[in-house]
Amino acid sequence: MTLALYVPRASVVHRVPAGAKLLALATLAIALFWLPTLAGAAAALLGTVAVGLLVARLPVAVLARQARAVGWWLVALLAVHALTTDLRTGAQVALRLLTLVLAAAVVTATTRVSEMVRVVERLCAPLRLVGVRPARVGLVVALALRFIPVLVERADRIRAAQAARGGSGRGVRALRTTVAPLLVQVLQMAHDVSEALDARGADDVPSRPRRRRTQEAPR
Amino acid sequence: MRFRRPGAAPAADDVADPARGIELRGVGHRYGERVVLDGVDLTFREARVGVIGANGSGKSTLARLLNGLVVPSEGRVLVDGLDTRTQVRAVRRRVGFVFQDPDAQIVHPTVAEDVAYGLENQGVPPDERAARVAEVLARYGLAGHADHPAHLLSGGQKQLLAIAGVLVMRPARIVFDEPTTLLDLVNARRVAELIAGLDQQVVVVTHQLDLLDGFDRVLVVDGGRVVEDAAPGPAVAAYRALMAVR
Repeated sequence: MTLALYVPRASVVHRVPAGAKLLALATLAIALFWLPTLAGAAAALLGTVAVGLLVARLPVAVLARQARAVGWWLVALLAVHALTTDLRTGAQVALRLLTLVLAAAVVTATTRVSEMVRVVERLCAPLRLVGVRPARVGLVVALALRFIPVLVERADRIRAAQAARGGSGRGVRALRTTVAPLLVQVLQMAHDVSEALDARGADDVPSRPRRRRTQEAPR
Repeated sequence: MRFRRPGAAPAADDVADPARGIELRGVGHRYGERVVLDGVDLTFREARVGVIGANGSGKSTLARLLNGLVVPSEGRVLVDGLDTRTQVRAVRRRVGFVFQDPDAQIVHPTVAEDVAYGLENQGVPPDERAARVAEVLARYGLAGHADHPAHLLSGGQKQLLAIAGVLVMRPARIVFDEPTTLLDLVNARRVAELIAGLDQQVVVVTHQLDLLDGFDRVLVVDGGRVVEDAAPGPAVAAYRALMAVR
């Protein structure tokens, strides 16, 4: 599973500040819904692909992977509209969705996570007034991006361990038997990560005697 | 020149005395009712100190005491004379910590961003931060992976990344908690060579006894107490004898 999409290149798009890129993405989304025409959606899609491939010089595979991820949704949208409205409307909706997904892919592939995190921190700056620490919000975003693939890998390991002992990898029961051990691992990892954050200077608040897992075996 | 408010407490750097090393004075620790460490009095001034012991003996808790990740239930831990209970931030700048599982230590999605994380916390300016990150990545063979997702690295590369993330902060002392346990032989050897080449004072908790070759001092921990404190040869022999009767 690949969440970190950044593709290093020395392009103009890469040099544009993260905030400007996110603003452009939001503007594109509004424009697509403000001007609902098939030609407009098609032009936006072509423009997005051109920026991604020709200006940002991203590999075709990066955009193709994102398009494939929503492929079935696009087919479903077309089918629903073919049955309920008309194919033209369905094509327009599908093109809009595809354009936005690819535009988001261009933004994430040309922007480092740390730059995104700084934008989040700037946006959260007013929340200081109510006691929120923007740096903490940014850290949460970075941690989420970092650990989603790790958790997917852990879930795969649990499923493999269960399958090796004759368990079924499918169905509601398999989901239930995966969730419980995964939750235990997540809690353990959350504790370990909090220690690592402390060790790397994330918190300048003086430590206190922790109530670490009181049932924990000494290490 | 720095100015201090009249009456303000002296800065940690002003009162720290590196010659004192790491001192544990009457240290005990418990989780709930369970006593994990009891009556530990130690001073570490040697360049290379190893800690060995059975699972659950308390050696990892001992390691965590050294940079304030765990504050002792009883007694004091002092690093360069700074108390981990009251000056933990200054202590952690002096003592880096490398965990057994690098997956828990790598907190940013890409390699270079993760190495830079500790420097951001220290308030290092962006230009200097970038230069130090590039230097440490090059030194440990990770320069070509700077923008790669951390979760796609091999186990050995992840451990090197975790170590790079600590070394870039330039601590004077580093504690390693079972740094080679999850690694294959080649990567374990590479990490062992890396540790051997460090300029810092190093404390290594390990089950891999060959990692202790050339160390100045090895402690054997058992049942929350230090039962042997000697050169590697006698200490490992005492540990083997202890385990033989279990």
